[in-house]
Amino acid sequence: MSDENKKNLEIDEPTDAQIGSDGLPMTTTEEMALDDQRRIKVLSPGMLVFKRFIRNKLAVVGLIILAIMFTFSFIGPLFSPYTQTQVFTGMSTMSREYAGAIYNLEERYTVADGETFNSADRAAYLLAKGRGSSTFNSANGEFYYEEILPGFNRIAKLDVVAKTDPLGKLPTDDPAISEDFIKAYEANKKAGSFVFEDVLYIITGPKVKTISTDKDIAVASTFVFDAYNKADDKFVQSHLFKLAVANAIAEEADTLELENREFTIVMDERSGTISDETGKHFAQISDIIVNPLDSSAFLSVDFKETVRETMNARKNEFYFTDENGIETHYKIVIVNQNYSIMKDMPTELVRTYEFPSKEHWLGLDNNGMDLLTRLMYGGRVSLMVGFVVIIIEMLIGVIFGGISGYFGGTVDTLMMRFVDLFNSIPFYPIVIIFGSVMDTLQVDSTTRIFLLMAILGLLGWTGIARVVRGQILSLREQDFMVATEATGIRTSRRIFRHLIPNVMPLLIVSATAGLGGIIITEATLGFLGLGVKYPLASWGSIINNASSAHVMQSYWFMWFPAGMLILLTVLGFNFVGDGLRDAYDPKMKR
Amino acid sequence: MSNFIIRRVFLGLFIVFFGAMIVYGVIRSLPSSYVETVARQRAANPTSLRTYQEWLDELNQVYHLDVGIIPGYFGWVKNAIRGDFGVSWIYNVPVTQKFKEVIPYSIFLNIITFAVQIIVSIPLGILAARKQYSGVDYAITVFALAGLSLPTFFLATLLKYVFSVKLGWFPLYGLTSRFHNQMDRTGQLLDMAKNMTLPIITLMMLSIGGLMRYTRTNMLEVLNSDYIRTARAKGLSEKVVINKHAFRNTLIPLVSYMSTLLPAMFGGSMITETMYQIPGIGYISFGAMQQGDIPFAMFYTTFLILLTQISLLIADIMYAVVDPRVRVN
Repeated sequence: MSDENKKNLEIDEPTDAQIGSDGLPMTTTEEMALDDQRRIKVLSPGMLVFKRFIRNKLAVVGLIILAIMFTFSFIGPLFSPYTQTQVFTGMSTMSREYAGAIYNLEERYTVADGETFNSADRAAYLLAKGRGSSTFNSANGEFYYEEILPGFNRIAKLDVVAKTDPLGKLPTDDPAISEDFIKAYEANKKAGSFVFEDVLYIITGPKVKTISTDKDIAVASTFVFDAYNKADDKFVQSHLFKLAVANAIAEEADTLELENREFTIVMDERSGTISDETGKHFAQISDIIVNPLDSSAFLSVDFKETVRETMNARKNEFYFTDENGIETHYKIVIVNQNYSIMKDMPTELVRTYEFPSKEHWLGLDNNGMDLLTRLMYGGRVSLMVGFVVIIIEMLIGVIFGGISGYFGGTVDTLMMRFVDLFNSIPFYPIVIIFGSVMDTLQVDSTTRIFLLMAILGLLGWTGIARVVRGQILSLREQDFMVATEATGIRTSRRIFRHLIPNVMPLLIVSATAGLGGIIITEATLGFLGLGVKYPLASWGSIINNASSAHVMQSYWFMWFPAGMLILLTVLGFNFVGDGLRDAYDPKMKR
Repeated sequence: MSNFIIRRVFLGLFIVFFGAMIVYGVIRSLPSSYVETVARQRAANPTSLRTYQEWLDELNQVYHLDVGIIPGYFGWVKNAIRGDFGVSWIYNVPVTQKFKEVIPYSIFLNIITFAVQIIVSIPLGILAARKQYSGVDYAITVFALAGLSLPTFFLATLLKYVFSVKLGWFPLYGLTSRFHNQMDRTGQLLDMAKNMTLPIITLMMLSIGGLMRYTRTNMLEVLNSDYIRTARAKGLSEKVVINKHAFRNTLIPLVSYMSTLLPAMFGGSMITETMYQIPGIGYISFGAMQQGDIPFAMFYTTFLILLTQISLLIADIMYAVVDPRVRVN
């Protein structure tokens, strides 16, 4: 040790001690001896290393870079107005589907007041329609239907009045059947119906004819009726109104009298408008159904009318002025048979991939989060992972290398073979396997960081173990170790109190140099999608967003700043590590 | 010497055997639900012709999952020694066949990188050592450290952005360009060379730093030794001192360093190959491992361990070849 101390002596330049308090040089009458305390200043080994380190320009640059990075990552977030997971949204007009329209091909039933026309009857009706026969039977009796308009059928129930014999003759002996009735029947046998005393009689049946009166029960129609005034809706939707309108249209009559009111009908193709006696629009009739996409929204008849007019005119856009007087542009998009009505609606959008601006200095990322803030928090994760991993590595490495180096011999050989073995395990394959297992088990993102630290630490300690072992092998031959043995100090105490502190400087050097490597590894894993996961971030996982060619080409701010931060930080650690190594091992500094 | 080599070979085999065993143990200690999930996913795949039970049975059969880790590992070794590494799950061909298909690209890529690396970094390292603390030395040191500090993916993204997107000189990724099949033989080769330029530059920039610094350190050590002072004192020209006396001794540690590059090249080019989608062993095995293709993962890791041991053996032998003093011991 005395040899060591001599090296640490340094001839000092004149210091403040030789300058008087008034700033004038002291009188130099007093001769100074060579070993004068004021001339020879003994520097501690640590101080010596520090002095050498400070003289290295690159190392100082590295230290400054690291200081900036730590400030950025650990103090920066305190000044950031945003949080890590804050999503920024903005309003923007976007063409969104507002309503749908379709040409109605399915008949809808309107049943008269007090009557029933249940689903069994409807099925029988549809079957009869398919067969082409105009009558059909169901459990409720016999029915008859006729087409008033294309797509508008009147369904009536038949009440049997009389039946013929198989030859088509009415029984003459029935008192209920008058002779005039038989005459009327005979005259209209071929026509299928006849009017007798203002009552319509229907003749049905192949051989045995049945004569019956009919009674309106329902209408089946592809037409849709809409009332302009909500109060009129019940009336418009009634069987009575629908049938009357259909009859009027079939007779090509322009007016219609119903319940003491007079209506005017204007038809255009298969759509029409019905006005009341004052000339106000009363109802709409059309075979186009217009429905709002959102069932809570109400579409006015005016709107539906505009849609129908547009569709009938084969146009694909229109303007509509609502009751508040706001004119909006609509577009109609046809997909198969469905007409979608698109409205330019203000929509809240996540502001993704927004270029740097005054509010967001580095723009917004793919989730609409402030990139600068995420870089700060990501830096925390990256640096913390680096430190925790290096501490794990040092713990394992020091214990393993210490024991191996101290005991030497067979123990050393065995332990070093184990290190060789461990060292041979390829790093990335194992980490990738662990990463995909964590994906499969859906480990949550915080636990993931801890597991990642543990895995990186467990896989990386062999280098430090070798350094420690090599150092201890040479240290244990030195005199002070003989002294500890002579004083009978415990083995564990000898290793951890006397040997390890001597290894510490070298350990710090290799740890500093190793930190850069760990940060690169962590970033690489993040980039490959195996490291830190959303919503947390690390510098690597931020660059991961640029792994698609499109983002890489169009949004430089998504990957460039994070990459530069990694580069600078690792460079800083490498400069400092290099400087420390040079300072600690001055042989290299000749 | 032959005794030493035999001992070294046995040690290598020992490490390969137990290294593969550790990897096998890791794969085996994965939660069993993982293997079942994989089997279920494969069975649910509409293109799969096998049922869940059949997939599970195959897993159990190939990995002897019904027995303990040690017997299971011996089962794997028994097949592996015969060259049977099983069928890759995601590529659906025998693992060794897939390996033979893709390894030429990796070898080509890495050999060129290796050559360029040596040509560039050794002279620069020597230059830096000769002019220690000059501007040149600082520039080279900073450059080397920057190369060591660059994450592969960032460098690759940067190069792609500058040379592919902005300048349009090289394709973004892939091994062949779109009209590759319509080209003649020379055209195809040139096309592939063009596609490989950026990957080679990436690998080179990342690796020259290490070799350069290593050369510089060793050269400095040699230049400060007594026999160099003697050579200078004799009045030899600087050229002779450097080339004949100093450089030859620098080679000794360099040889050992270079042989450790062998596995690093094959394992480390994984990210570069993935970045540029060069279908070499790195890219292919990355895809396989990410999707939990256990047969491929086992094969690839064993291959890497074997490669490491071979490189260490070569390093030891080369030491003896270059340095006669080692041969005596």
